[in-house]
Order: sequence, then structure tokens, then C-alpha cells
Amino acid sequence: MANVTVHEEDVLIKDNGFDDHFHEHHHGDKYQSSFIFHYIFSMDHKIIARQFLITGMIWAIIGAAMSVVFRLQLGFPEESLTWIKPFLGKWIVVDPTTGIGKLAPEFYYALVTMHGTIIVFFVLTAGLSGTFSNLLIPLQLGARDMASPFMNMLSYWFFFLAGIIMFYSLFLSTGPFSGGWVAYPPLSALPQASSGSGTGMTLWLVSLTFFVVSVLLGGINYITTVLNLRTKGMSLWRMPLTIWAFFVTAILGLLSFPVLVSGFFMLIFDRSLGTSFFLSDIFIAGQALDRVGGSPILYQHLFWFLGHPEVYIIILPAMGIVSEVLSVHSRKPVFGYRAMVYSIMAIGFLSFIVWAHHMFMSGVNPFISNFFVVFTLIIAVPSAVKVFNWITTLYGGNLRLNTPMLFAIGFVSMFISGGLTGIFLGNSAIDIQLHDTYFVVAHFHIVMGVAAFFGMFAGVYHWYPKMYGRFMNETLGKIHFWGTIITAYAIFWPMHYLGMAGVPRRYYSFDTFDAFRHFTEMNKFITVFAIIAFFIQLVFVINFFYSIWYGKKMKTKNPWQATTLEWTTPIEPIHGNWPGKLPVVHRWAYDYNKDDREYVQQHVPLNEGEVGDH
Amino acid sequence: MEQTIIHNRNKIHPQKFALWASLASILMMFGAFTSAYIVKQSAGNWLEFSLPASFYFSTALLVLSSITLHISQRSFVRQQISKYKIFLGVSFLLGILFVVLQYAGWTELYDKGVDLKGNVSGSFFYLLSGIHALHVLGGLAALMVAVIHAFSLGNHVTPARKHRFDLVVTYWHFVDALWVYLFVFLIISK
Repeated sequence: MANVTVHEEDVLIKDNGFDDHFHEHHHGDKYQSSFIFHYIFSMDHKIIARQFLITGMIWAIIGAAMSVVFRLQLGFPEESLTWIKPFLGKWIVVDPTTGIGKLAPEFYYALVTMHGTIIVFFVLTAGLSGTFSNLLIPLQLGARDMASPFMNMLSYWFFFLAGIIMFYSLFLSTGPFSGGWVAYPPLSALPQASSGSGTGMTLWLVSLTFFVVSVLLGGINYITTVLNLRTKGMSLWRMPLTIWAFFVTAILGLLSFPVLVSGFFMLIFDRSLGTSFFLSDIFIAGQALDRVGGSPILYQHLFWFLGHPEVYIIILPAMGIVSEVLSVHSRKPVFGYRAMVYSIMAIGFLSFIVWAHHMFMSGVNPFISNFFVVFTLIIAVPSAVKVFNWITTLYGGNLRLNTPMLFAIGFVSMFISGGLTGIFLGNSAIDIQLHDTYFVVAHFHIVMGVAAFFGMFAGVYHWYPKMYGRFMNETLGKIHFWGTIITAYAIFWPMHYLGMAGVPRRYYSFDTFDAFRHFTEMNKFITVFAIIAFFIQLVFVINFFYSIWYGKKMKTKNPWQATTLEWTTPIEPIHGNWPGKLPVVHRWAYDYNKDDREYVQQHVPLNEGEVGDH
Repeated sequence: MEQTIIHNRNKIHPQKFALWASLASILMMFGAFTSAYIVKQSAGNWLEFSLPASFYFSTALLVLSSITLHISQRSFVRQQISKYKIFLGVSFLLGILFVVLQYAGWTELYDKGVDLKGNVSGSFFYLLSGIHALHVLGGLAALMVAVIHAFSLGNHVTPARKHRFDLVVTYWHFVDALWVYLFVFLIISK
């Protein structure tokens, strides 16, 4: 018990807490004793959260750097790229007579594909939900750890393995997979279809299968923990919105990722065993392939049955984090708590019955499209409820405009801008013009790319003290925020105009298209801001790692004066989270400015005559 | 895992709940396969074939193994140790026989000319029954551990043992019910 007595125990928890006799047993102390088991093969949810976060950050840098390279090609197709030949080697093709280096077209497609795969799966799924679900679910629920710390550790290491395999595929002589992050057949089903469709695609499939295993192990754990390990008094309706969001996210992942796996299995059969699930009437170099009877649309159905819930798997955790951060830094209860929960559930449910809106132009029956249009547009209702509630939470609040708060407000701004274009794209008629154009690129980058990143940044700045016991630098944080929001809008706003004019996405070059020639300057503009945006993210990375060792120290347990349970744990994190007893919860998570009290933490008992909850 | 058991105040054990959650995700995967089957079948170019008799026998054996496993579990709870061991062993053998019969069925089907690479209807059949068989193999591995425990851990019925056995039994009933669903589906959707 030596390590326990050092930490001062919260008086309220000591007096009223729930004694689970946790520290009377010495379990867990052993595996934490050496460096390897403390920091590498850790089973402590707080360490695993940091592992997810830092791995996600590394992938984010790789994914963003790729976008800079292909933006150079799009913005400055005439310029020589010989100077990056030392990094990219043979993928920069130098013309021997002029000395001008060009990005190899196959590599351009590989970059676009990898950028999408990495950011969607490794950064915004694992890096976002993996980090904050792990950190916050036990801490905010009053649990000692996850339901299965071992499965939790496996979850990270399967993610790590997936990452290693994907990283390895970047260095193949034929290049990584290049058929788009959605991996539609036949490009993904026939190894001879393109240079990346061979080994690159095999590794892509293996990597993502391991990734799904990681998501499922994590998701099962999150759901079980939320339903089974809440502390005394923590009823479902007293959970912070972060937990509600992570909970619904985990359910979405649990139900939708297996469907992707079934598509992957069929793809593997098509690639390796000669079946024709997704292949029919294909000609390669004038020769008809003997694979008939399949349907490539079938893969699209299976893919988007995951793919659409996936965008909510990305955005819901960000929404939960933003709800919490907005409430804490407005010093106000979140507006319409129950409406927020119901809208999370409604979004989660609707996300399963709208997948074909990604396929309006793939030859889906137009009458069936109508069904999907209606449900897609209905998603605007719960989304609007959430936006209204966020803005109303801010209204009349005592706002602290610090970095986490700025990013949370930035999230709301991005979510509105990107959400509105979703209403355009949800209509199958307008989709005839807009599908596969830069309008789509602008829409999803704003609404689930930048917005989800903003939610993640808000969470990192807000819970950084909980993770590292220090604060991140505020000045650098504000530079990061203003730089990011300005450059993000500068990049993606013009893309809407490109898209409305019909400029198709994924094209290597627009030289031969007269209709798109006058967009050269706009493409340059976008590329310049993409480069600036990339370097501004490095400010965040430097701030993050600098602050781990040199940041301002957290002196009090609850620096933000928040109400949730994670701020009742000792400053120095310990195994089992609370020394001694577990806190007992007496109220909901948003008692700010209640009855002349600035804030009341969840474990404070109700006063006599005080009306509980909301 | 230990700490969660100690202060568990719930009716369902967290591990049991986690098992149910993973079964839900397996069910979603097979749901996707069978949905894809329906979609592809309605699109035409679909060769029909009748299933060899071995599949009917294997189905019967798998259902029987669930019943014997259920008896084994009941005997374990009632401390009828020898009955528990016998029925557990029988269930394990029936499980192995199921896989063998499935394999026999595949070869029979192949000899009839239904090839994995041929018409998509055949590919689907091999896919569904093959991936199900992989799940049965996982169940057999768990059953094998249960058999080893039955003969090595002595005759004490402890809550931890009961719980562990319960997890194995739940999973086995699941793969059984899953195959019955797939089999009925394959027959009806002709």
C-alpha cells in the first residue's frame, strides 16, 4: 500500500465513497513495476489512451504530409518536384532532357488512397475514439479500469500491427494500394489491375482486417465498461455526454465493422481463390476475363454499410467532447441534456439506413434512392438539435475563451458549414451534378475531417492536464487554433466552387480539360494554404511534446473547475485511478451555477431541500 | 480481470456481457453475407443445386452436440461429475464429427461439379459454410480446453469454473444456432 498513502484522498470520497476493497489486493502492481510493462505492454487504460493518441499523431503527420505532396501536383503541375526526389525516389520521374521532375501518376493515386485510409481509420477512428474512450470512460464513470484491461491492451497492439503493415506497404517497389480508400473492385479485386493492386492491396486488406479486430476488441470493452462498471449512483442519465457519445460510437463500430469484414472476405476470395463475387464482364488489354456473374455494386453496398456509420464513428466522439468542453468553459449546464442524448441515439440509428446515398450514381434503382434521400435528410434534424443546443449552451455563459474552448466553438462552426452542404449532397437529383466532384471533397473534409480534428484538439487541450499533469502552452495553442481555422476554410471553401463547376476529384491533372483550365489560380491558392496548414499543425506537435516535460504544472486537482469525476483523481495518476474508495455519484454531470454555487462536482451529496438532477 | 469480478454489483458478469457483444458482431457479419446472397441471387445468373445428404446429417449432429453440452452443464451445476465429463466428451466428439461431415459434404459437392470458382451460388455456399466452420473450430478449441479442465482440475465446482464453462457453452450454442439459421436460409432461399 506504500504507493497509495502518498496521494491525498478527497475528503468527500473518503467519507461517502464506495469501498470496493480494491487496494487491499496487490493485483496489477506487479505488471506495472518494470518499464516494459508500465509503458509498452501496459494494461492501464490511461497509458493505452496515450499510446493511441501518440500513434494517431504520427499517422496524422504522415497522412497530412501525403496530402501536401499531391496538393503540390494539383496546384503547381508545371513546377519541378526534383527537390523531393531524395525522399520519394523513383516516384519522382525526372525528364532527362529538361531536368523537370514530375510526380508519377500511379504514385499520385497511391498518395490519395493512403491519405484517405490513414486519416479515416488510423487517425480519426483509432486516434480519436481510441484515445478518449480509453481515457475518459473509466475516469468519468468511476471505474478502476476497463472491463478487460487485457483486451484493451490487445486492442492497441492490433492497431499497432495494422499500422506496421500499412507502413511497410508504403515502401513496396510496386507502391501501396492506389485504387481509392474505398477499395472498389475491380481495381481492388484483380491483382493485375494496377501497380498498387497486387501486394499493395494484399497488405491493405491484411492491415485493415487487423484494424477491425482492434476496433472490435476496443468497442466490446467500451460497451461492457459503460454498462457494467459504473460507480454507485452513476445512472445512465447522470453520465456526461462524452460517455454517451463513446458508448453509441462503440455500438456503431461493433455492428458495422463486421459487415466490412464480410466484404473483405469476399474480396480475398475473389483475389486469391478465383471466385467472382464482385467481378463480371471485365476486359483487360482487350482480353475478356473469364470471371463472370458477380456484381461490383455488391461490394459498394457492403462497404458503405460500414462506411456511413464510420463517419459517425468519427464525428460522435468529437461531438461528445465538444459538448463537455463547451459546458465546462461556458460555466453553464449543457442545454437540453436529454435532447442531446436522444439525438446521439437518433443519429446512430439513422446512420445504418442511409448508406446508399454514397451510391446514387452507381446504377442503384432511382426509386430505392428516394428512400435513402428521405432518411439522409432526416439526419439533419438531430444534427440541428445538437447545433442549436451547443449555441444555446454558449448563450449567456461566462465564456472562457481558452484554447480548448476555441476549438470547441470552431468545431460547431465547421460542423454547420459542412453539414449544410450535406443537405445538398443528400439529394439524388443534385448528386447527378455534384457526385465525385470537389464539392464532395469539400463537404466531407469540413464536416468529418476538420470538424473531427477540432473535436480532437479541444479534447487534447482540455484533458492534457489529466494525461500529463501539465498544461499545454496557451499562446502556441491560440496560434494553432487561428492558423488552423483560417487555413482550413481557405482550403476547403474554394473547393465548393470547383465542385459546382464539375471539377472531378481524384484526377491527376486538368491540362487537357478546357472547362477546368481557369481554375489554375484557385488550385494554387488551395495548395499554398494546405502547406501553411501543415506547418501550423507542427506548432501543435511541438507544443504537445514540449509540454510533456516543460509545460506549466497542474497545481490543483480540478484546474477547470469541472464537475465530472476524472478531476477528483490525484494529480499524479495511479493504478486504479482513486486511492482508497471510489467516489459515489449524487447528481448529473452539469451542475454549473446552480443555487449560487459556481459548480458542484458529481460526488457532492445533495443539500437538504436541493432538487437533484435536471 | 480480477478487479472487475471483485466489485461487480451486476446481474450479468462483464465477461458474459462482452461475449454477447462479440456474438452480436459475428451475427452482423453473417447477416451481411446472407444479405449479399439475397441481393446477388435476385440479380440473376444463379445456378441452383441441391445439398448433399451429409449436410443434413452434420446439422443433426451439431444440434445433438448442443443438447449433450446442455446436459453436461446441468450435471456440472448439480455436481454429477461423471455425467458432466461423459457428456462434455461426447459433445466434443460430435463437434469434430460435424467438421468432418462438412468436409465430406464439400468434396461431394465438388464432385457433383459445384466448384468454388464456378457460379456465384456455389462460391456463396462454400463461403458461408467455410467461414462458419472456422467459427466451429474456434468453439472446438474452447471445448478442448473445457475437456482438459474437466479431467485435470478435480471435482470441485467453483464459481470461477462454472463461469468459464458457461462462456464456452454459450458460444457453442451460438455457433449451433448460427448454422441452423444458415442451413435453413440456404434451403429456403433456393
